[in-house]
Amino acid sequence: MKHVRTIIDKEWAEVFQNRMVLLTMIFIPVFFVILPLVTLYFTGQGMGGNSPADVADVPAEFLAVCGPDMNAGDCMQVYMVNMFLLLFMMLPVIIPVTIAAYSVVGEKTTRSLEPLLATPISTFELLAGKSLAAAIPAIVTGWGSFAIFLLGLPLIGVSPAVIRYILGPTWLLAVLVAGPLMAIAAVNFALFISSRVDDPRVAEQISVVLVVPILAALFAQLAGIIVIDIFMMLSFIGALALIDIGMIYLGVTIFQRENILTRWK
Amino acid sequence: MMIETYQLTKIFTIKKSDDIPAVVDLTLNVREGEVFGFLGPNGAGKTTTIRMLTSLIGPTAGSARVCGYTLGADDQNIRRSVGILTESPGMYDRLSALKNLSIYASLYDVGDVEGQLRKYLQMLGLWSRRDDPVGSFSKGMRQKLAICRALLHEPRVLFLDEPTSGLDPEAARLVRTFIEELRDQGRTIFMCTHNLNEADHLCDRIGIFRTRLIEVDTPQNLRLKLFGRKVVFHLRAVDPAWLSLVGGVPGVQDVAQVENKLLVTAEDPEEINPKIIRALVDAGADVRFVGELRHSLEDIYMQTMNENHTEVAGS
Repeated sequence: MKHVRTIIDKEWAEVFQNRMVLLTMIFIPVFFVILPLVTLYFTGQGMGGNSPADVADVPAEFLAVCGPDMNAGDCMQVYMVNMFLLLFMMLPVIIPVTIAAYSVVGEKTTRSLEPLLATPISTFELLAGKSLAAAIPAIVTGWGSFAIFLLGLPLIGVSPAVIRYILGPTWLLAVLVAGPLMAIAAVNFALFISSRVDDPRVAEQISVVLVVPILAALFAQLAGIIVIDIFMMLSFIGALALIDIGMIYLGVTIFQRENILTRWK
Repeated sequence: MMIETYQLTKIFTIKKSDDIPAVVDLTLNVREGEVFGFLGPNGAGKTTTIRMLTSLIGPTAGSARVCGYTLGADDQNIRRSVGILTESPGMYDRLSALKNLSIYASLYDVGDVEGQLRKYLQMLGLWSRRDDPVGSFSKGMRQKLAICRALLHEPRVLFLDEPTSGLDPEAARLVRTFIEELRDQGRTIFMCTHNLNEADHLCDRIGIFRTRLIEVDTPQNLRLKLFGRKVVFHLRAVDPAWLSLVGGVPGVQDVAQVENKLLVTAEDPEEINPKIIRALVDAGADVRFVGELRHSLEDIYMQTMNENHTEVAGS
């Protein structure tokens, strides 16, 4: 554990001195918190209906998630806020990929990987340190952003019924469980790619493709093709857990010290 | 023995049908407290050898023991017991010198971290810059910091890959002086270098290497093997008859004239020099100066490489 802590300490000491990484870590969460709050503030204003059925232009499947205690405005807000659920899930993917890619590229540009690998550190300790160093800030930022979002909801006049919905199992599972699992998958994917390609810049670019499935889900939900409910979230978490186990196993198995030392130019 | 290798071989496979031999059948012993110089042209496989002996990469064939540990079976212990100065210092530029070293002290499980950091930073004159980011350091300072890093855990064997490469003369001299100090402390050092004077000055034995080990011996023995011992007699003028006179002295292997000098090859110059001088003086020669012709390590290296090249081309 001492070696893992040392690697985390080193990564953070290095990464957080890079303004671009810090900016990414601050700007994206701020944007992801402000955007839903502003949207919610303007959504539902002036909607006069008293029941969810009065909401027009919302897929019928969606009306099912509206509770009986919600009026048309609340239901519209739930519909809108569910779009942003995917943004909160995207946050733990974007941030660690930036950090993980930077940490690998940093080792490459400073040629510091060889002396690091010459120490008695094991491959597992090195990868665990790098993964956690990238995943922990992402998870903390994701949770922190969600907390700020929750605190902002009453301030913009969101009804208790909508807040109760957001504090329901689907959202909590998404932010508290699915988010960290996605962060772990993203980091391990970035490290896995970086150990298989000759140029770390390619790793950085390939790693970002992880955002694509989330964007696909966002558009599918906008189009009314899918509705993220508790069943879908549990299935998603189950799949993510399996993906994480597979990625960690592959990462440790495939991380070839020799290839990285001899093939990186 | 601190390092023992037996037919150590490393072949890189770039494509399935494209094998590049980097090190072939390297059999070598390095004793405790010895400074061993590993000389060879670029691409000879010197860095690959160091990487294998420090457990950074695995051999394709053969075996090795470093500090008593078997390569492949005790890799963690090997890494714990050796220090390496890589070709490039590889420091974290944004972090201070102290932070850089403390990371490695922790990874090497150094007991007295503060004491060791202070000891080596002071020894190499970097203590006053300990809190400065390494990015602000000169190349020489980075190299010295990398040497500190390699020594923090008091390794039993120190591997130095081109320790003075790219340094200005002053910085190179500082690093050389430090290596001398380490040698005097009895450290075992395995050093790759292109600087032949440096190797001549610092190394107890030298291995000349190009994918295979071509020669290995002390610099003095290599000189003897390749050139024999030569003594130069500086005379006021040379009479051609003196060539046969000197050639007739028992123990003289060869005599040649170069301007006003006689170049004498002999097995035991200390024994026969007085006889030669006496014969020359009796013959009327004015002997102005006598000295041994010392071939530089560069001569040895070039001669060895040329012979090896001819052998390879001829075979």
